Amino acid sequence: MEQLLQQVVAGLATGAIYATMALAVVMVYQAIDHLNFAQGELATFSTFLAWQMIEWGWSYWAAFALTVAISFVIGVAIDRVLFRPVRNAPILSQLVAFIALFSILNSSDGEIWNFTIKSFPSPFGTKPLFGSGLISTHQAGMVAVTLVMLALLYVFFRGSRLGLAMRAAAANPEAARLVGIRVGWMIALGWGLSTAIGAVAGILIAPVVFLDPNMMLGVLLYGFAGAVLGGLSSPGGAVLGGFAVGIIENLAGTFIPFVGQELKLTVALIVIVAVLMVRPAGIFGRVAVSRV
Amino acid sequence: MKQITRRTILATAPAAMTLAALPVRAAKEYGPGVSDTEIKIGNIMPYSGPASAYGTIGKAEAAFFKMLNEQGGINGRKIQFISYDDSYSPPKTVEQARRLVEQDGVLLIFNSLGTPTNTAIQKYMNQKKVPQLFVATGATNWNDPQHFPWTMGWQPNYQAESHIYATYVVENHGGGKIGILYQNDDYGKDYVKGLKDGLGSKSKASIVAEAPYETTDPTVDSQVINLKSSGADIFFNVSTPKFAAQAIRKVAELGWKPLHILNGVSASIATVLKPAGFENAKGIMTTVYIKDVTDPALKDDEGYKNWVAFMNKYFPDGDKTDAGNAVGYSVAQTLVQALKQCGDDLTRENVMKQAANLRDFTVPMLLPGITINTGPTDFAPIKQMQMARFDGERWQLFGSLMSGQLPV
Amino acid sequence: MPEREAITLDVAAVPSEADVARPLSLWLDRRRLLIGAAVIAGLVAPLVVANFTIFQLTMVMIYGLAILGLNLLTGFNGQFSLGHSAFYGIGAYTAAILMSGSADLPYYWTLPCAGAVCFIVGIAIGLPALRLQGLYLALATFALAVALPQLLKSHLLEEMTGGVQGIVIDKPDPPAGLPINADQWLYYFTLAVLLVMFAAAAGLVRSRTGRAIMAIRDHPIAAAAMGINTARYKTLTFGVSALYTGIAGALGAIVVQFVAPDSFNFLLSVNFLVGLIVGGISSIPGSLFGGVFVLFVPNIAEKVSTGLSGAVYGVILLLLIFLMPSGAAGFVRRAAAWLARLRRASNSELPIGRSTR
Repeated sequence: MEQLLQQVVAGLATGAIYATMALAVVMVYQAIDHLNFAQGELATFSTFLAWQMIEWGWSYWAAFALTVAISFVIGVAIDRVLFRPVRNAPILSQLVAFIALFSILNSSDGEIWNFTIKSFPSPFGTKPLFGSGLISTHQAGMVAVTLVMLALLYVFFRGSRLGLAMRAAAANPEAARLVGIRVGWMIALGWGLSTAIGAVAGILIAPVVFLDPNMMLGVLLYGFAGAVLGGLSSPGGAVLGGFAVGIIENLAGTFIPFVGQELKLTVALIVIVAVLMVRPAGIFGRVAVSRV
Repeated sequence: MKQITRRTILATAPAAMTLAALPVRAAKEYGPGVSDTEIKIGNIMPYSGPASAYGTIGKAEAAFFKMLNEQGGINGRKIQFISYDDSYSPPKTVEQARRLVEQDGVLLIFNSLGTPTNTAIQKYMNQKKVPQLFVATGATNWNDPQHFPWTMGWQPNYQAESHIYATYVVENHGGGKIGILYQNDDYGKDYVKGLKDGLGSKSKASIVAEAPYETTDPTVDSQVINLKSSGADIFFNVSTPKFAAQAIRKVAELGWKPLHILNGVSASIATVLKPAGFENAKGIMTTVYIKDVTDPALKDDEGYKNWVAFMNKYFPDGDKTDAGNAVGYSVAQTLVQALKQCGDDLTRENVMKQAANLRDFTVPMLLPGITINTGPTDFAPIKQMQMARFDGERWQLFGSLMSGQLPV
Repeated sequence: MPEREAITLDVAAVPSEADVARPLSLWLDRRRLLIGAAVIAGLVAPLVVANFTIFQLTMVMIYGLAILGLNLLTGFNGQFSLGHSAFYGIGAYTAAILMSGSADLPYYWTLPCAGAVCFIVGIAIGLPALRLQGLYLALATFALAVALPQLLKSHLLEEMTGGVQGIVIDKPDPPAGLPINADQWLYYFTLAVLLVMFAAAAGLVRSRTGRAIMAIRDHPIAAAAMGINTARYKTLTFGVSALYTGIAGALGAIVVQFVAPDSFNFLLSVNFLVGLIVGGISSIPGSLFGGVFVLFVPNIAEKVSTGLSGAVYGVILLLLIFLMPSGAAGFVRRAAAWLARLRRASNSELPIGRSTR
């Protein structure tokens, strides 16, 4: 029983990692209708920037704030420079642009900062939470921050004019243009938000997994799985999906006899696919109904 | 017996004098890629892809050969070091090996990295009779001169290392229960096999849990939790630096205090123990064969200082805390010795013969006392290791040099 | 009111149907000529180039075939797959297991076996895939790509697959009596398989079935309304697509002479996808160009910079996408159309509608 509890809590902790990534994934998906393969690498790059600033002696929060701001700008810039020209190309061609971006970032990170793992400080400290060994203060902090980000986004989208404009641009670009919304800039904004969220994700994840150029590869995949499980049209669902993936994987690894350990990831993915069979748009996703 | 009369001497004199007048032909035999002024050496490394962390070894070697060339080369010949990227993908390795052998015409392929990648080209290299020298992995496959006379390893193999741990456990922790964390690939499984072989009949009873992980797993926290729950009091940690550091930290966080054995691949003070936390790493045991470049005690060590000077001058971008750079440096020195021993007979056959003829050769970055020895039936250049325990600041060696050979 | 002049129709200036059709048919003829020329070049190549290049060309064909498999599913049928590395791997392991071990099958029999196994697996995946679209389908196929290496390594299958150590295969010898070496023989063998399978794919695409498959991609609802059994076609396409990539995998195993579980991970799937897009979605010859890309561009990138080869690769990709958003095939098509338009413009007079003054 204690093992079960420990695995669930550990799953929540790793799930927090996936959840923040899933949030970033959904953010950009809502803007451009496609998965940004380079999301993880952008987050890693941002985290390296923050690390470099801290190495140069800046305070944690200064580095944090500046990195998030720079990441936002980078996201907008990538959209305007890289993706606007290919917006009219077939969707799969855009996919290749993401892959190209992934390759460029991953390679550059390795060249600039090499592959030795780096420690990254945590603003929450790394002591066990409430003295128990289940979860550390940092991991609890991560969960909290993810939920706070989610709440902020909810408020932004539902309660502000800009958020409304973004939602309109994503739902019906033609109509949005007709009412004067600059759809192109809304998409760029979506990119910027997504990259900024990714930066926060990276900065939070690095203390747990250590910073190196390949830090986010696995995380992006799990985040993607979580986002799909929760439903790509629902940020809240994506976050829940991320947590769920963390827990499912840990439980699969622990309690499925004989092969559980070796096939952890496979089992987790099979479970997700099974769920998708029942709810093809994810648990909380809305099935888009289109006129024929 | 024919009498050597004055007549015979006079008769044979002209011939003898002519022969004496001819320059003594030094046995100058050249294999492919060799000339009076250069030797072409091939190498394949993962400079891109998931294993790109190891690419630095190739870069260190390139820098070393640059230094060597500036100092005159080997017997007057400069080394042309041709290194290609295989992204750790065996089909690509096959392509690069064929490119090196058939297109670039190298004399040999040296220190190519990875077990599946080297297995992919092993048969080809042996069929074409091209030396596959000083392979950069700890698998046992490279010490098989009977079937693969052109393939030779270099570093102590993982199974031998595990035998040493097994022997230690049996002698000092008789009834202990072992939990193993291992990377789910050839490297991890090799260590596990070595441990099981080393424990012999006791292995089934002693090993209570095995927890594999994949390199795409973000953390190994879940695995460590399971290992603790299994009731193990000995933790065998077979993971690469990132995961090793995570595991060490998690063990401490869980309040678990097992006998912690860490595999030599991840036994670096600055790059693994420091991120994990020196307090958490106290008491960890491992084996070492090469000096830890991040050990503060090496400050005044001659070999270390020379290595640092080399890095500063020829490989300034290289990370001086990365053990790979010391390994590359040392393997390159071993190759230089083998080539030196060839003299002017630089055929592939002789290269292999000299590589299998290294007697008590040392390189500065190896632990004092460890020598490189090979023979016609012994293709494992480095066999010795020594156990060490971390005291919170540095590795304290204990015991004696061991070779990890199991009693036959 | 001024009298309107009669507008004379300069009949000669009106491009007749024949005129419009002619450049198109000329192009098609040219196309056949080009294909013929390519085949002849393909047949002659191994006799004039070095063994190493023959090896590379053989791998290009193998990747091209694998990409064609993906093309059938994603390009022609609109089902997004990130899992084709699994089919490639299953094909490769089928060949390896049959050739080593107790079965000891000759290499040419492994191809149909690999194809059959992959076809069945493809159908098995295709059935549940019916319920999924777009990125959700991508995840399901991604699950497949991730599962395969794990399964191959697990001790469930270790006996058969050799686990992490993989399986080493012997190189097949050319049939006795032929004056060519093993590399050349494998090249011709692969070329023959390639030609047959490409021709079959072209035939499939041009047939009623092919039109049904493409209709499902373009307008699934309309297609269903027209009476096309979308479920059956989609599943079958999955199976055929898997079969193609599986046979490519078997060939790959034979040519490389080695299989190991971690070679067949999802990064390979991404490679196939990139090759597909760069070559041109729903273009059969484009798949071969995709194979050229997958093999040679990483080499080019490495030549430019060893440390930053990934970055150079990414930059090359971006350039290709900017210059050729519809892939190489799309680029060729557009170039041909532009040429045809040039020719037509220079042949005929100004178009109708010119009033005489």
